[in-house]
Amino acid sequence: MKDRTLWGLTAGTLLLAAGGVWLPNWAMFLVTVALAKGLAVLGLLILWRTGLMSFGQALYFALGGYTAGLLGQTFHVRDAFLLLAGGTAVSAAVAAALGFLIARYREIFFAMLTMAFSMILYGALVKSQALGSTDGFAITPATFAGFAPSGAILKLPLFWLACATAYFAALGLHRYLLSPMGALAVAIRDNEIRVEYLGVSVKDAVHVKTVLAAALTGAGGVITALAVGHIDPEMAYWTTSGEFVFVTILSGTGSIAAPFAGSILFELLRSFAVQYSPYTWQLTMGSVLLLLILFVPNGLWSLFGRLLRRAA
Amino acid sequence: MSLLEVTDLNKAFGSVKAADAISLAVAEHEVVGIIGANGAGKTTFVNMITGYQKPDTGRIEYQGRDITLLEPRQITRLGICRSFQVPQVFLSATVEDNLLIALGVAEHPRVPFWRKLRTDHLLNEAAVLLNRYRLADYRAQPAHQLPQGVRKLLDIAMAVVHRPRLLLLDEPTSGVSLDEKFEVMDIVMVALKEAGVTVLFVEHDMDIVGRYAKRVLAFYEGLILADGPPEEVLGHERVQEHVIGRGSAGGRRPPPDSAPKGGGHA
Amino acid sequence: MLTFVAIVVDGLVYASWLFIVALGLTLIFGVMRILNVAHGGLYAVGAYTSAAMIGAYFRGGYPPALSYLLMLASAAFVGTILGLLLERGLLRFFYQRDEVIIVLVTYAVFLMLEDAIRLIWGTDAYFAYQPYSLLGNTQAGGLNFANYDLTLIGLAVITGGALWWALNRTRRGMLLRVVIHDRELALFMGINVARVFTVTFVIGAILGALGGAFTAPMISVTFGIGVEVIVLAFAVVVIGGMGSVPGAVLGALIVGLSRSAAVHLYAELELFVIYAVMTLVLAFRPQGLFVRAAARKI
Repeated sequence: MKDRTLWGLTAGTLLLAAGGVWLPNWAMFLVTVALAKGLAVLGLLILWRTGLMSFGQALYFALGGYTAGLLGQTFHVRDAFLLLAGGTAVSAAVAAALGFLIARYREIFFAMLTMAFSMILYGALVKSQALGSTDGFAITPATFAGFAPSGAILKLPLFWLACATAYFAALGLHRYLLSPMGALAVAIRDNEIRVEYLGVSVKDAVHVKTVLAAALTGAGGVITALAVGHIDPEMAYWTTSGEFVFVTILSGTGSIAAPFAGSILFELLRSFAVQYSPYTWQLTMGSVLLLLILFVPNGLWSLFGRLLRRAA
Repeated sequence: MSLLEVTDLNKAFGSVKAADAISLAVAEHEVVGIIGANGAGKTTFVNMITGYQKPDTGRIEYQGRDITLLEPRQITRLGICRSFQVPQVFLSATVEDNLLIALGVAEHPRVPFWRKLRTDHLLNEAAVLLNRYRLADYRAQPAHQLPQGVRKLLDIAMAVVHRPRLLLLDEPTSGVSLDEKFEVMDIVMVALKEAGVTVLFVEHDMDIVGRYAKRVLAFYEGLILADGPPEEVLGHERVQEHVIGRGSAGGRRPPPDSAPKGGGHA
Repeated sequence: MLTFVAIVVDGLVYASWLFIVALGLTLIFGVMRILNVAHGGLYAVGAYTSAAMIGAYFRGGYPPALSYLLMLASAAFVGTILGLLLERGLLRFFYQRDEVIIVLVTYAVFLMLEDAIRLIWGTDAYFAYQPYSLLGNTQAGGLNFANYDLTLIGLAVITGGALWWALNRTRRGMLLRVVIHDRELALFMGINVARVFTVTFVIGAILGALGGAFTAPMISVTFGIGVEVIVLAFAVVVIGGMGSVPGAVLGALIVGLSRSAAVHLYAELELFVIYAVMTLVLAFRPQGLFVRAAARKI
């Protein structure tokens, strides 16, 4: 089982990375951002398996982006790897602190509390003149271990970084889900009392999962910020969180690659919707979401799985 | 030194006394039956011993150590486990996975994330439990599809994963069909005896209690009415009156004014 | 001292606004266990309809005093139609599903409503100031208050009172409260839960539209007003405890007064303070301020 996933992930990533070289700029940008947001969705996948749905992942997304921006602006750090590490670390640290409170909640209250925290950051960012308020500020393009890309391959290293991050994140999480700690997710969702009686602190387990999800989302925020070249408070707004949740449902929890596939599909869908029906693109997205919820309850990945099985 | 010692345990829910100055001691290897009408405080007693609820006052000592205020997960790791009136299992997982998860987290005080769950070692341990508790046929079935009696067995099997020295069973045969009751208890009690586990079980079925318990505690409104060998307790007048019910099989109505005497009229 | 009075009055006004807006949301959640994200859309539709009607009404030269009735009627009309359409035509197919799924359905509906609004009313701003300016101002001790704002307090009291009375003093209301308490029990008692759901959703929709309708004269009605309202309404509902009318009152008061204090004293904190209060309340009272007792699990 593990081998199949390992080979599948590796093959898929290599294909994507190689094929990406030939993609037109708009497509490469789209996939880069999609993979970055896919990291956030991956984080939500962990939480959803545990029976929790966070409506506030935008908090860590913005923390990642703004950390990268501030590291660049104030400390003149331009190396993409350092920025990635920094953004991820800050997100994880904040989640570690907030987790003491958040891990005590479930269901709708978990969703509301996480949303509240993200809106607190939003409010703080909007009111902060130093950080550019609603306009935000720009990020200078990153360097990659000293190498500063330009010209035709300007966006390629970032694209590859996105692919690599997605790959290792998926691999790591795959391994995590195969471990007893990972299996606890479904156990906690099904029966917390029994989990406690098995000698495990449910609160601690949930705490760890929120930190994991936060770290992933923070990483996604850094890469998105670098790709877009700009950061603004919208990254922390509840609609951003809503988007992540949307994609989580879209993709389903069937596979560790589903968040990324779903995210790419979502970005493609949105691009086309905005381009061809600029005044009704939300109508389109909303209808698609409804249709999915009605007819493909386990997410698009389950469709994919069915096709594979029929082909085999 | 007794394995479990309870001193002056009190717990009230508003005006209802679930535990009224309960004191008792349980020695190792005892098999104790707990009987009492609904609301007499039996499950609350089990909840308090295992940390799910905390007493208002009193002490609970296990192997000489004060465990009164500990959490269920700490008490489990010390060696006291329990099964539930309504089986608490992971409904969406298969029977085997239920046991694997239990075994996986029991192995290590800090749940590992670097090891895999489906190792040969754990699979073998799960197989042992599957066989011992007659769950092998249901191995790959999701728990929500199991009949009640089998679910109970799974619940108990998960309770013994931590190799407890003291096991509390909350109504192990409730919801189990009459013809299966003895079968279930036989399976469970034999397994536990082999492992040398001290058992306290809550039961409503007096036949079961009479057959498997060496000592019986009768609860009533938070008090222990009687404590002794089954013949003595089951025949005890006040036990007959408040627990078994007047006129039920084996009970005799005492004359209205007679003071309760010790000793049985069995 | 003057600042204190200003804070209190502004706080009460804002609290009244919040209360009216959040009331429908908490009712729907209490009875149906649905976190209705589309509530923001209903608010927006209510606002646009009201603004458009007021514009046409005053151009037509009709008696100004009746414009308030018009606002009420338009909200009732729009709320009923949309409420029925949404509940009967869409939501009821998802009642068996996970709570989160239903939230996503309402989120999808919200997205669709946003575009529908844009299609019908375009992206221009609507100013329906007449009902607002008609009532004039009150000068008191150096402070200036718009009477419309003050009547909002009255509207909140009336709406809240009416709903409370309906829930607690009528037979139908009692049925609703049974469903709030325990849906399964209500089913066993023979209560037509499906009908209760429809009625509740329609009332909730009307209340949402009402919030929008009466806000329209106070603001410039533009695209996107629904988006901000949702999170505010959620904050109030969560603080007060879901499904509780007194809770919504308390939640609205707490949020309204806190925000007013922030605006007057330390404007930087304005957006911050609402969610900080929400977080604080959740930290100490996880279920909100008006908790419902839960049965023992094992």
